[in-house]
Amino acid sequence: MTKNRWIALYVENQVGVLAKISGLFSGKSYNMQSLTVGTTEDETVSRMTICVTSDDITFEQIKKQLNRMVEVIKVMDFTDKPIHMKEILFAKVKECTVEDKAELFQIAQVFHVEVSDIGTDSILLECKMTERRNNELIDLLKSKFKQIEIVRGGGVAIESISTSCAGRSEYFRK
Amino acid sequence: MAMDITGRKLFVKALLEEGVDTVFGYPGGMVTDIMDELYKHEEISLVLPRHEQGLVHEAEGYARATGRTGVCIVTSGPGATNIITGLADAHYDSIPLVCITGQVPLNLIGNDAFQEVDIVGMTRSITKYGVTVRDRKDLGKILKMAFHIAKTGRPGPVLIDLPKDIQTAMGPGEYPLSVAIRGYKPNESVHIGQLKKGYKLLKSAKRPLFLIGGGINIARANDKMLELVEKTRVPVVTTVMGKGAVPTDHPCYVGNSGMHGRYAANMAVGECDVLFSIGTRFNDRITGDLNEFAPKAQIVHVDIDTASISRNVVVDVPIVADANLALEKLLEWAEPQQTQEWMEQIQEWNQENPLEMRRDRGMTPQMILEELNRQLQEGIIVTDVGQHQMWATQYIELNEKKQFITSGGLGTMGFGFPAAIGAKIGCPDKTVICISGDGGMQMNLQELATAMAQDAKVIVCIFNNYYLGMVRQMQQLFYGKRYEATCLRRRKGCPGDCKGPNAACPPYEPDFVKLAESYGACGIRVTKEEEIAPAFEQAKQCGTPVLIEFMIATEEIVLPMVKGGNPMTEMILK
Repeated sequence: MTKNRWIALYVENQVGVLAKISGLFSGKSYNMQSLTVGTTEDETVSRMTICVTSDDITFEQIKKQLNRMVEVIKVMDFTDKPIHMKEILFAKVKECTVEDKAELFQIAQVFHVEVSDIGTDSILLECKMTERRNNELIDLLKSKFKQIEIVRGGGVAIESISTSCAGRSEYFRK
Repeated sequence: MAMDITGRKLFVKALLEEGVDTVFGYPGGMVTDIMDELYKHEEISLVLPRHEQGLVHEAEGYARATGRTGVCIVTSGPGATNIITGLADAHYDSIPLVCITGQVPLNLIGNDAFQEVDIVGMTRSITKYGVTVRDRKDLGKILKMAFHIAKTGRPGPVLIDLPKDIQTAMGPGEYPLSVAIRGYKPNESVHIGQLKKGYKLLKSAKRPLFLIGGGINIARANDKMLELVEKTRVPVVTTVMGKGAVPTDHPCYVGNSGMHGRYAANMAVGECDVLFSIGTRFNDRITGDLNEFAPKAQIVHVDIDTASISRNVVVDVPIVADANLALEKLLEWAEPQQTQEWMEQIQEWNQENPLEMRRDRGMTPQMILEELNRQLQEGIIVTDVGQHQMWATQYIELNEKKQFITSGGLGTMGFGFPAAIGAKIGCPDKTVICISGDGGMQMNLQELATAMAQDAKVIVCIFNNYYLGMVRQMQQLFYGKRYEATCLRRRKGCPGDCKGPNAACPPYEPDFVKLAESYGACGIRVTKEEEIAPAFEQAKQCGTPVLIEFMIATEEIVLPMVKGGNPMTEMILK
């Protein structure tokens, strides 16, 4: 079945590793939604969170191809695992009227996101939500306002500690 | 604590500790220090080719023939880019190479310096591992990693990009005995449960079949494979790369399967009920239409590379293992199976459509290859890529004394001749025969000088049909004989709508006999069947490399043939 899937990767923190991983996806026509990378508690190791859209067979192949790379230390498949996933998103809305601003404050309240900056005719929203929730917010802003500027960081994910924290937090509303 | 030494000294120390006695090197500004260091070491012989593409194929031929790692040294920029085709070739066919490319000094990287290219970036998808050495203290570890990674697991090419200043910088003198790489754990065991499951399936089969790929030859597990076949009496088909896994005259050996496979072999794959495959990745040239591949069979797949399993063909029993280990276990369990009836069926198919070329149109490749089979009792046969390669995979007979080397995965024209030189350098006591086409031969002609310089007495058989025959065959069959860009006699004045050879055709160039002679090699031209055997006799007497040009019928085609994407049982036979 074709769907979004999450992989976390531990890789060597070295020059060219990011290029190698992303090159695998382009070279083999795998469909990558997002990729984030940063160093870990061990500075010689980086961790990537990759979201891919694929069917089951392709996804198995992706994991195998990643695993056989010398620079990849560990591949973790988060499909069907309870995880915490968040993505940082800044949304700047420009050319706002007074009514627009009021509405944006309401939207921020409902979405539980922060209004982190404001000017005479613009507002900056700072969001830390699931990718899906961020998508919903972007769709809403696009439908309501003409001038928006979006920058988003791609999701980061980590396995849940308490499995009781209900299924997949990717689907948590907040 | 050993004393600090230069990078170039450590490099040569590493070669010596790895037991390297032959390197393939072409000089240039960014490897002069390494070359200078090699000058001091008589125990390592340096082979100087005439082009870096020749160099990397020579290293491949050396590695394929000896089973050892081929070592290449080229300079930065064009030296490095010229080996790219060979790296891809080695990557596809799982050949261990360690390639050192010189690089501009660290502080110039990124400046578009003279002869600077990002060779690690360019080759990322066609090397098993590639890295630029950025710190002299890492050099020993990186070299050790390179040799370890190239040779273990599924072998492959490794590229080390070595900046000039690292070569001269002082640093630790130790070359590590071993290296632990946390992200690299080649499979060194076999899952007994899975293997047992696979064997049970094989045993339960009424029409069992082994499909053997290059993995057996790479693992040098031919003896064990033969033993398994003898114990079980299960018939065997091979891929192009798997040819020679068992002797071709063995009663259980059916032939090659695939696009130009034997009729009986493709029919057997189509009709078998259990397909037990080892060391093949089910390439499209083997499977044809995936939905119609082995439609009646449950499939067992043994491969050392997890990523090769269930990629092209979904298999019923996947087994990740080195072929040697898997065969050892299988041999413990193996029992004779009732395959008499099934073998008779395969025999019937063979009689229905045997491999045979018509004999009424002059000298055929079959005649040449059959004579070669008679002449060559032991040795190495290397091919280039094209029609002659397919004919060779069909007609060459192999046993434990004969080895077959070919560019299977990438299909690199220009591979054959340099690879044969490399094989001869690695195995100087063996007879090495190169079979090439007139097209492929012209892609690395310059290596005639290398063969002379290295006293590599290879016998090159050029099948000259005046055409780039494999493509012309497609034009002949599927494109209404519109021979665009495939006629090697064609000149500017030729008619645009030419449909094949006629009396007005211009002469062929080059004159291969004169060309060989201009290098001091021996050139022989053979135009009819009676001359074949004497030509081989004459070639054996020559004290130099020999080039035999066989003038074969121009419009000969490789049959059977399956059109790309069609089911393998739909063969063009005439």
